[in-house]
Amino acid sequence: MRVTQGTFSFLPELTDEQIKRQIEYCLDKGWAVAIEYTDDPHPRNTFWEMYGAPMFDLRDAAGIIQELAACRKTFPQYYVRVTAFDSTHGVESITLAFIVNRPANEPGFRLVRQEEPGRTVRYTIESYAVAAKPEGARY
Amino acid sequence: MAINATCESTASPPVNGGASHSLTHGANGSLASALADTGVNELLGELDRDLIGLAPVKTRIREIAALLLVDRLRRERGFSAGGPSLHMCFTGNPGTGKTTVAMRMATILHRLGYIRKGHLVAVTRDDLVGQYIGHTAPKTKEVLKKAMGGVLFIDEAYYLYRPENERDYGQEAIEILLQVMENHRDDLVVILAGYKDRMARFFESNPGMSSRIAHHIDFPDYQADELALIAQRMLDAMHYRFDDEAKIVFDDYLTRRMAQPHFANARSVRNAIDRARLRHAYRLYSHPDAATSDESLTTIAAADLLASRVFADGDTR
Repeated sequence: MRVTQGTFSFLPELTDEQIKRQIEYCLDKGWAVAIEYTDDPHPRNTFWEMYGAPMFDLRDAAGIIQELAACRKTFPQYYVRVTAFDSTHGVESITLAFIVNRPANEPGFRLVRQEEPGRTVRYTIESYAVAAKPEGARY
Repeated sequence: MAINATCESTASPPVNGGASHSLTHGANGSLASALADTGVNELLGELDRDLIGLAPVKTRIREIAALLLVDRLRRERGFSAGGPSLHMCFTGNPGTGKTTVAMRMATILHRLGYIRKGHLVAVTRDDLVGQYIGHTAPKTKEVLKKAMGGVLFIDEAYYLYRPENERDYGQEAIEILLQVMENHRDDLVVILAGYKDRMARFFESNPGMSSRIAHHIDFPDYQADELALIAQRMLDAMHYRFDDEAKIVFDDYLTRRMAQPHFANARSVRNAIDRARLRHAYRLYSHPDAATSDESLTTIAAADLLASRVFADGDTR
Protein backbone atom coordinates (compact mmCIF):
# COMPACT_ATOMS: atom_id res chain seq x y z
CA MET A 1 0.00 0.00 0.00
CA ARG A 2 1.51 3.28 -1.11
CA VAL A 3 1.70 5.81 1.70
CA THR A 4 0.04 9.05 0.68
CA GLN A 5 1.14 11.94 2.83
CA GLY A 6 1.81 15.54 2.03
CA THR A 7 1.56 17.39 -1.25
CA PHE A 8 1.70 15.54 -4.59
CA SER A 9 1.25 12.16 -2.88
CA PHE A 10 -1.46 11.03 -5.30
CA LEU A 11 0.74 11.80 -8.28
CA PRO A 12 3.36 9.48 -9.70
CA GLU A 13 6.77 9.81 -8.02
CA LEU A 14 8.36 13.16 -8.82
CA THR A 15 11.50 13.01 -10.91
CA ASP A 16 14.62 14.76 -9.64
CA GLU A 17 14.02 17.53 -12.13
CA GLN A 18 10.49 18.02 -10.84
CA ILE A 19 11.71 18.00 -7.24
CA LYS A 20 14.24 20.64 -8.17
CA ARG A 21 11.58 22.82 -9.74
CA GLN A 22 9.40 22.52 -6.63
CA ILE A 23 12.34 23.48 -4.43
CA GLU A 24 13.07 26.45 -6.69
CA TYR A 25 9.47 27.52 -6.18
CA CYS A 26 9.89 27.32 -2.39
CA LEU A 27 13.12 29.30 -2.48
CA ASP A 28 11.56 31.97 -4.68
CA LYS A 29 8.85 32.33 -2.06
CA GLY A 30 11.51 32.78 0.61
CA TRP A 31 10.72 29.58 2.47
CA ALA A 32 13.41 27.63 4.31
CA VAL A 33 13.68 24.13 2.95
CA ALA A 34 14.58 21.16 5.16
CA ILE A 35 14.94 17.43 4.64
CA GLU A 36 13.39 14.92 7.04
CA TYR A 37 13.36 11.14 7.20
CA THR A 38 11.60 8.41 9.15
CA ASP A 39 10.85 4.71 9.08
CA ASP A 40 7.64 5.21 11.03
CA PRO A 41 5.25 6.76 8.51
CA HIS A 42 2.17 6.54 10.76
CA PRO A 43 -0.10 9.44 9.86
CA ARG A 44 -0.04 10.64 13.46
CA ASN A 45 3.75 10.66 13.53
CA THR A 46 4.39 14.27 12.61
CA PHE A 47 7.87 14.32 14.08
CA TRP A 48 10.26 12.96 11.50
CA GLU A 49 13.99 13.08 12.06
CA MET A 50 15.73 16.08 10.53
CA TYR A 51 18.52 15.46 8.10
CA GLY A 52 20.75 18.37 9.04
CA ALA A 53 19.45 21.79 9.95
CA PRO A 54 16.87 23.60 7.83
CA MET A 55 18.66 25.36 5.01
CA PHE A 56 18.07 29.06 5.50
CA ASP A 57 19.25 31.76 3.10
CA LEU A 58 19.72 29.49 0.10
CA ARG A 59 19.16 31.00 -3.31
CA ASP A 60 19.53 27.96 -5.52
CA ALA A 61 18.19 24.41 -5.32
CA ALA A 62 21.54 22.77 -6.10
CA GLY A 63 22.60 22.73 -2.45
CA ILE A 64 19.37 21.08 -1.35
CA ILE A 65 19.47 18.52 -4.15
CA GLN A 66 22.97 17.67 -2.98
CA GLU A 67 21.76 17.15 0.60
CA LEU A 68 18.84 15.12 -0.66
CA ALA A 69 21.14 12.82 -2.61
CA ALA A 70 23.23 12.34 0.53
CA CYS A 71 20.13 11.58 2.60
CA ARG A 72 18.85 9.03 0.08
CA LYS A 73 22.22 7.37 0.09
CA THR A 74 22.28 7.15 3.87
CA PHE A 75 18.63 6.05 4.21
CA PRO A 76 17.64 4.30 0.99
CA GLN A 77 14.84 2.34 2.68
CA TYR A 78 13.37 5.24 4.66
CA TYR A 79 10.68 7.74 3.89
CA VAL A 80 12.29 11.06 3.06
CA ARG A 81 10.38 14.29 2.67
CA VAL A 82 11.20 17.83 1.72
CA THR A 83 9.55 20.48 3.86
CA ALA A 84 9.31 24.21 3.30
CA PHE A 85 8.95 26.53 6.27
CA ASP A 86 7.33 29.91 5.84
CA SER A 87 8.60 32.32 8.48
CA THR A 88 6.13 35.09 7.64
CA HIS A 89 4.66 36.57 10.80
CA GLY A 90 1.36 34.87 11.48
CA VAL A 91 2.18 31.84 9.34
CA GLU A 92 5.37 30.50 10.91
CA SER A 93 4.80 26.92 9.95
CA ILE A 94 5.45 24.32 7.31
CA THR A 95 3.61 25.33 4.17
CA LEU A 96 4.64 22.54 1.84
CA ALA A 97 5.88 19.00 2.41
CA PHE A 98 6.23 16.18 -0.04
CA ILE A 99 7.71 12.70 0.00
CA VAL A 100 10.76 12.25 -2.18
CA ASN A 101 11.92 8.78 -1.17
CA ARG A 102 10.11 5.67 0.05
CA PRO A 103 11.07 2.08 0.78
CA ALA A 104 10.83 -0.43 -2.03
CA ASN A 105 8.24 -2.49 -0.20
CA GLU A 106 5.42 -0.78 1.64
CA PRO A 107 3.24 -3.35 3.36
CA GLY A 108 0.76 -0.75 4.57
CA PHE A 109 -1.34 -0.51 7.72
CA ARG A 110 -3.51 -2.89 9.69
CA LEU A 111 -6.79 -1.78 11.24
CA VAL A 112 -6.99 -2.92 14.86
CA ARG A 113 -10.48 -3.11 16.39
CA GLN A 114 -10.76 -3.00 20.14
CA GLU A 115 -14.05 -4.09 21.70
CA GLU A 116 -15.32 -1.77 24.40
CA PRO A 117 -18.30 -2.23 26.69
CA GLY A 118 -21.64 -1.59 25.06
CA ARG A 119 -20.63 -2.83 21.59
CA THR A 120 -18.37 0.25 21.16
CA VAL A 121 -15.42 -0.37 18.86
CA ARG A 122 -12.18 1.61 19.09
CA TYR A 123 -10.06 1.67 15.96
CA THR A 124 -6.28 1.90 15.72
CA ILE A 125 -4.10 1.73 12.68
CA GLU A 126 -0.83 -0.03 12.98
CA SER A 127 1.92 -0.32 10.41
CA TYR A 128 2.76 -3.87 9.32
CA ALA A 129 6.31 -2.80 8.70
CA VAL A 130 6.76 -1.22 12.11
CA ALA A 131 5.03 -4.03 14.05
CA ALA A 132 6.88 -3.27 17.30
CA LYS A 133 10.24 -3.56 15.58
CA PRO A 134 12.89 -1.05 16.64
CA GLU A 135 13.92 1.89 14.55
CA GLY A 136 16.20 0.92 11.69
CA ALA A 137 14.83 -2.65 11.44
CA ARG A 138 11.44 -1.82 9.98
CA TYR A 139 11.73 -1.58 6.21
CA MET B 1 34.28 48.65 -1.39
CA ALA B 2 35.82 52.01 -1.81
CA ILE B 3 34.53 52.78 -5.26
CA ASN B 4 31.10 51.57 -4.35
CA ALA B 5 30.30 54.99 -3.05
CA THR B 6 31.03 56.54 -6.42
CA CYS B 7 28.45 54.58 -8.32
CA GLU B 8 25.02 54.17 -6.90
CA SER B 9 23.99 51.95 -9.76
CA THR B 10 26.38 49.19 -8.67
CA ALA B 11 23.82 47.11 -6.91
CA SER B 12 21.11 47.40 -9.55
CA PRO B 13 19.88 43.92 -10.43
CA PRO B 14 19.70 42.71 -14.00
CA VAL B 15 16.77 44.32 -15.71
CA ASN B 16 15.80 41.29 -17.70
CA GLY B 17 16.41 37.93 -16.04
CA GLY B 18 19.50 37.05 -18.06
CA ALA B 19 19.74 33.35 -17.36
CA SER B 20 16.22 32.64 -18.49
CA HIS B 21 16.84 34.38 -21.78
CA SER B 22 16.40 31.99 -24.63
CA LEU B 23 18.27 32.80 -27.78
CA THR B 24 15.88 32.06 -30.58
CA HIS B 25 17.83 33.10 -33.61
CA GLY B 26 18.94 30.24 -35.77
CA ALA B 27 22.08 29.46 -37.71
CA ASN B 28 22.33 33.03 -38.98
CA GLY B 29 22.30 34.53 -35.47
CA SER B 30 25.15 36.93 -35.16
CA LEU B 31 27.29 37.81 -32.22
CA ALA B 32 25.78 41.25 -32.25
CA SER B 33 22.26 39.99 -31.77
CA ALA B 34 23.39 37.56 -29.10
CA LEU B 35 25.11 40.44 -27.37
CA ALA B 36 21.99 42.53 -27.56
CA ASP B 37 19.99 39.64 -26.15
CA THR B 38 22.07 39.31 -23.03
CA GLY B 39 22.37 43.04 -22.48
CA VAL B 40 25.89 42.39 -21.35
CA ASN B 41 27.22 45.24 -23.44
CA GLU B 42 25.44 47.81 -21.31
CA LEU B 43 26.80 46.07 -18.26
CA LEU B 44 30.35 46.22 -19.55
CA GLY B 45 29.84 49.84 -20.57
CA GLU B 46 28.58 50.59 -17.09
CA LEU B 47 31.65 48.90 -15.68
CA ASP B 48 33.87 51.10 -17.84
CA ARG B 49 32.05 54.21 -16.77
CA ASP B 50 31.69 53.49 -13.07
CA LEU B 51 35.06 52.03 -12.34
CA ILE B 52 38.02 54.29 -12.86
CA GLY B 53 41.30 52.84 -14.07
CA LEU B 54 41.69 49.05 -13.58
CA ALA B 55 42.47 48.50 -17.26
CA PRO B 56 43.84 44.94 -16.94
CA VAL B 57 40.81 43.94 -14.89
CA LYS B 58 38.38 45.30 -17.43
CA THR B 59 40.20 43.57 -20.27
CA ARG B 60 39.99 40.24 -18.50
CA ILE B 61 36.30 40.67 -17.76
CA ARG B 62 35.68 41.47 -21.43
CA GLU B 63 37.59 38.34 -22.44
CA ILE B 64 35.56 36.21 -20.08
CA ALA B 65 32.33 37.74 -21.35
CA ALA B 66 33.40 37.07 -24.92
CA LEU B 67 34.26 33.47 -24.16
CA LEU B 68 30.92 32.81 -22.51
CA LEU B 69 29.04 34.42 -25.34
CA VAL B 70 30.88 32.49 -28.02
CA ASP B 71 30.39 29.30 -26.04
CA ARG B 72 26.70 30.03 -26.00
CA LEU B 73 26.58 30.43 -29.77
CA ARG B 74 28.63 27.28 -30.22
CA ARG B 75 26.27 25.31 -28.04
CA GLU B 76 23.29 26.51 -30.06
CA ARG B 77 24.88 25.23 -33.22
CA GLY B 78 25.74 21.92 -31.69
CA PHE B 79 29.46 22.36 -31.17
CA SER B 80 30.82 21.09 -27.93
CA ALA B 81 31.17 23.82 -25.38
CA GLY B 82 32.68 22.42 -22.23
CA GLY B 83 31.78 24.68 -19.34
CA PRO B 84 34.89 26.73 -18.69
CA SER B 85 36.23 26.97 -15.18
CA LEU B 86 35.66 30.49 -13.99
CA HIS B 87 37.11 30.42 -10.51
CA MET B 88 39.10 33.56 -10.00
CA CYS B 89 41.65 35.09 -7.74
CA PHE B 90 41.76 38.85 -7.28
CA THR B 91 45.02 40.15 -5.91
CA GLY B 92 45.85 43.72 -5.21
CA ASN B 93 46.54 46.28 -2.55
CA PRO B 94 43.84 47.47 -0.18
CA GLY B 95 41.19 49.68 -1.70
CA THR B 96 41.78 48.74 -5.33
CA GLY B 97 38.20 47.64 -5.91
CA LYS B 98 38.36 43.87 -5.55
CA THR B 99 35.02 43.50 -3.78
CA THR B 100 33.31 45.97 -6.08
CA VAL B 101 34.45 44.07 -9.14
CA ALA B 102 33.41 40.75 -7.57
CA MET B 103 29.90 42.08 -7.18
CA ARG B 104 29.85 43.21 -10.79
CA MET B 105 31.19 39.84 -11.79
CA ALA B 106 28.23 38.07 -10.24
CA THR B 107 25.85 40.20 -12.29
CA ILE B 108 27.82 39.75 -15.50
CA LEU B 109 28.07 35.98 -15.15
CA HIS B 110 24.37 35.83 -14.42
CA ARG B 111 23.54 37.87 -17.52
CA LEU B 112 25.63 35.55 -19.61
CA GLY B 113 23.80 32.59 -18.17
CA TYR B 114 26.85 31.03 -16.55
CA ILE B 115 25.42 31.12 -13.04
CA ARG B 116 21.76 30.69 -12.30
CA LYS B 117 21.00 33.28 -9.62
CA GLY B 118 23.70 35.93 -9.70
CA HIS B 119 23.98 36.59 -5.99
CA LEU B 120 27.24 37.15 -4.18
CA VAL B 121 28.02 35.50 -0.87
CA ALA B 122 30.95 37.30 0.72
CA VAL B 123 32.73 35.39 3.47
CA THR B 124 35.98 35.47 5.39
CA ARG B 125 37.84 32.84 7.36
CA ASP B 126 35.45 33.08 10.30
CA ASP B 127 32.52 31.95 8.17
CA LEU B 128 34.29 28.86 6.87
CA VAL B 129 36.52 27.61 9.64
CA GLY B 130 35.10 26.19 12.85
CA GLN B 131 36.42 26.37 16.37
CA TYR B 132 36.63 22.72 17.30
CA ILE B 133 37.02 19.34 15.64
CA GLY B 134 34.10 18.50 13.39
CA HIS B 135 32.82 22.05 13.29
CA THR B 136 34.54 23.15 10.11
CA ALA B 137 33.06 20.77 7.55
CA PRO B 138 29.38 21.55 8.25
CA LYS B 139 30.15 25.25 8.46
CA THR B 140 31.98 25.31 5.13
CA LYS B 141 29.35 23.16 3.47
CA GLU B 142 26.58 25.41 4.67
CA VAL B 143 28.28 28.45 3.20
CA LEU B 144 28.87 26.59 -0.06
CA LYS B 145 25.19 25.64 -0.23
CA LYS B 146 24.23 29.26 0.23
CA ALA B 147 26.55 30.31 -2.56
CA MET B 148 25.30 27.75 -5.07
CA GLY B 149 23.86 29.35 -8.15
CA GLY B 150 25.96 32.43 -7.48
CA VAL B 151 29.41 33.63 -6.59
CA LEU B 152 31.30 32.79 -3.41
CA PHE B 153 33.66 35.63 -2.58
CA ILE B 154 36.32 34.74 -0.03
CA ASP B 155 37.95 37.91 1.18
CA GLU B 156 41.49 37.69 2.54
CA ALA B 157 41.59 34.04 1.54
CA TYR B 158 45.17 33.57 2.71
CA TYR B 159 43.93 33.54 6.30
CA LEU B 160 42.40 30.14 5.56
CA TYR B 161 45.83 28.60 5.78
CA ARG B 162 47.83 29.16 8.92
CA PRO B 163 51.16 27.40 8.52
CA GLU B 164 52.29 28.30 12.03
CA ASN B 165 49.60 26.07 13.56
CA GLU B 166 49.61 22.55 12.18
CA ARG B 167 46.36 21.70 13.93
CA ASP B 168 44.57 24.62 12.36
CA TYR B 169 41.20 23.70 10.86
CA GLY B 170 41.70 25.97 7.86
CA GLN B 171 43.21 23.15 5.87
CA GLU B 172 39.98 21.19 6.21
CA ALA B 173 37.99 24.11 4.80
CA ILE B 174 40.44 24.38 1.91
CA GLU B 175 40.02 20.70 1.07
CA ILE B 176 36.22 20.92 1.01
CA LEU B 177 36.48 24.05 -1.06
CA LEU B 178 38.76 22.36 -3.57
CA GLN B 179 36.41 19.43 -3.89
CA VAL B 180 33.42 21.66 -4.56
CA MET B 181 35.36 23.87 -6.97
CA GLU B 182 36.13 20.77 -8.97
CA ASN B 183 32.84 18.86 -8.77
CA HIS B 184 30.29 21.67 -8.75
CA ARG B 185 31.78 23.91 -11.38
CA ASP B 186 28.35 24.47 -12.87
CA ASP B 187 26.84 25.45 -9.55
CA LEU B 188 29.09 28.15 -8.26
CA VAL B 189 32.03 30.39 -9.02
CA VAL B 190 34.61 30.92 -6.31
CA ILE B 191 36.49 34.19 -6.18
CA LEU B 192 39.41 34.50 -3.78
CA ALA B 193 40.74 37.91 -2.90
CA GLY B 194 43.70 39.17 -0.98
CA TYR B 195 46.92 41.08 -0.98
CA LYS B 196 49.33 39.93 -3.59
CA ASP B 197 52.32 38.76 -1.57
CA ARG B 198 50.22 36.92 0.97
CA MET B 199 48.17 35.22 -1.74
CA ALA B 200 51.37 34.12 -3.44
CA ARG B 201 52.47 32.48 -0.19
CA PHE B 202 49.04 30.92 0.20
CA PHE B 203 49.21 29.37 -3.26
CA GLU B 204 52.73 28.13 -2.66
CA SER B 205 51.50 26.03 0.21
CA ASN B 206 48.30 25.01 -1.62
CA PRO B 207 49.33 24.29 -5.19
CA GLY B 208 46.06 22.45 -5.82
CA MET B 209 44.17 25.65 -5.18
CA SER B 210 46.30 27.67 -7.55
CA SER B 211 45.88 25.22 -10.42
CA ARG B 212 42.12 25.08 -10.01
CA ILE B 213 41.80 28.80 -10.45
CA ALA B 214 41.75 29.75 -14.09
CA HIS B 215 41.93 33.49 -13.73
CA HIS B 216 44.48 35.23 -11.61
CA ILE B 217 43.69 38.91 -11.93
CA ASP B 218 45.95 41.54 -10.47
CA PHE B 219 44.44 44.86 -9.46
CA PRO B 220 46.90 47.70 -10.06
CA ASP B 221 47.26 50.62 -7.67
CA TYR B 222 45.53 53.82 -8.69
CA GLN B 223 47.45 56.78 -10.05
CA ALA B 224 47.05 60.16 -8.42
CA ASP B 225 44.82 61.48 -11.22
CA GLU B 226 42.60 58.41 -11.00
CA LEU B 227 42.27 58.91 -7.26
CA ALA B 228 41.31 62.53 -7.84
CA LEU B 229 38.58 61.34 -10.21
CA ILE B 230 37.40 58.82 -7.65
CA ALA B 231 37.25 61.55 -5.02
CA GLN B 232 35.20 63.65 -7.43
CA ARG B 233 32.72 60.80 -7.88
CA MET B 234 32.45 60.24 -4.16
CA LEU B 235 31.81 63.92 -3.52
CA ASP B 236 29.19 64.06 -6.28
CA ALA B 237 27.39 61.11 -4.76
CA MET B 238 27.35 62.79 -1.36
CA HIS B 239 26.39 66.22 -2.76
CA TYR B 240 29.59 67.91 -1.78
CA ARG B 241 32.16 69.73 -3.84
CA PHE B 242 35.68 71.10 -3.47
CA ASP B 243 36.17 74.78 -4.12
CA ASP B 244 38.94 75.70 -6.57
CA GLU B 245 41.60 76.04 -3.94
CA ALA B 246 40.56 72.80 -2.24
CA LYS B 247 40.98 70.94 -5.51
CA ILE B 248 44.61 71.94 -5.73
CA VAL B 249 45.16 71.19 -2.06
CA PHE B 250 43.57 67.78 -2.47
CA ASP B 251 45.92 66.89 -5.32
CA ASP B 252 48.78 67.85 -3.06
CA TYR B 253 47.21 65.81 -0.28
CA LEU B 254 47.06 62.75 -2.51
CA THR B 255 50.71 62.98 -3.49
CA ARG B 256 51.73 63.30 0.13
CA ARG B 257 49.42 60.58 1.33
CA MET B 258 50.51 58.13 -1.37
CA ALA B 259 54.10 58.41 -0.19
CA GLN B 260 53.10 57.54 3.34
CA PRO B 261 52.76 54.01 4.72
CA HIS B 262 49.38 52.28 4.98
CA PHE B 263 48.02 53.97 1.92
CA ALA B 264 44.84 52.13 0.91
CA ASN B 265 44.01 53.65 -2.47
CA ALA B 266 40.33 54.47 -2.87
CA ARG B 267 39.62 53.59 0.74
CA SER B 268 42.10 56.21 1.91
CA VAL B 269 40.44 58.71 -0.39
CA ARG B 270 37.10 57.95 1.18
CA ASN B 271 38.52 58.30 4.66
CA ALA B 272 40.13 61.61 3.70
CA ILE B 273 36.81 62.89 2.43
CA ASP B 274 35.01 61.68 5.52
CA ARG B 275 37.46 63.54 7.73
CA ALA B 276 37.17 66.64 5.57
CA ARG B 277 33.42 66.47 6.05
CA LEU B 278 33.94 66.36 9.79
CA ARG B 279 36.09 69.46 9.71
CA HIS B 280 33.72 71.17 7.32
CA ALA B 281 30.82 70.49 9.65
CA TYR B 282 32.77 71.66 12.66
CA ARG B 283 33.82 74.84 10.86
CA LEU B 284 30.16 75.67 10.20
CA TYR B 285 29.23 74.74 13.75
CA SER B 286 31.86 77.00 15.26
CA HIS B 287 30.48 80.02 13.42
CA PRO B 288 26.78 79.71 14.10
CA ASP B 289 26.19 83.38 13.31
CA ALA B 290 27.34 83.14 9.72
CA ALA B 291 24.54 82.58 7.22
CA THR B 292 24.32 78.93 6.13
CA SER B 293 23.67 79.02 2.43
CA ASP B 294 23.41 75.92 0.22
CA GLU B 295 26.79 76.98 -1.03
CA SER B 296 28.45 76.79 2.38
CA LEU B 297 26.72 73.51 3.23
CA THR B 298 28.06 71.75 0.15
CA THR B 299 31.47 73.30 -0.31
CA ILE B 300 34.57 71.83 1.26
CA ALA B 301 37.22 74.52 1.50
CA ALA B 302 40.98 74.19 1.39
CA ALA B 303 41.18 74.78 5.14
CA ASP B 304 39.18 71.62 5.79
CA LEU B 305 41.82 69.61 3.98
CA LEU B 306 44.85 71.51 5.18
CA ALA B 307 44.06 70.65 8.79
CA SER B 308 44.92 67.04 7.98
CA ARG B 309 47.85 65.37 9.68
CA VAL B 310 49.25 64.62 6.26
CA PHE B 311 50.21 68.25 5.94
CA ALA B 312 51.87 68.35 9.34
CA ASP B 313 55.56 68.20 8.52
CA GLY B 314 57.65 65.73 10.40
CA ASP B 315 54.68 63.55 11.30
CA THR B 316 54.88 60.38 9.24
CA ARG B 317 51.35 59.22 9.82
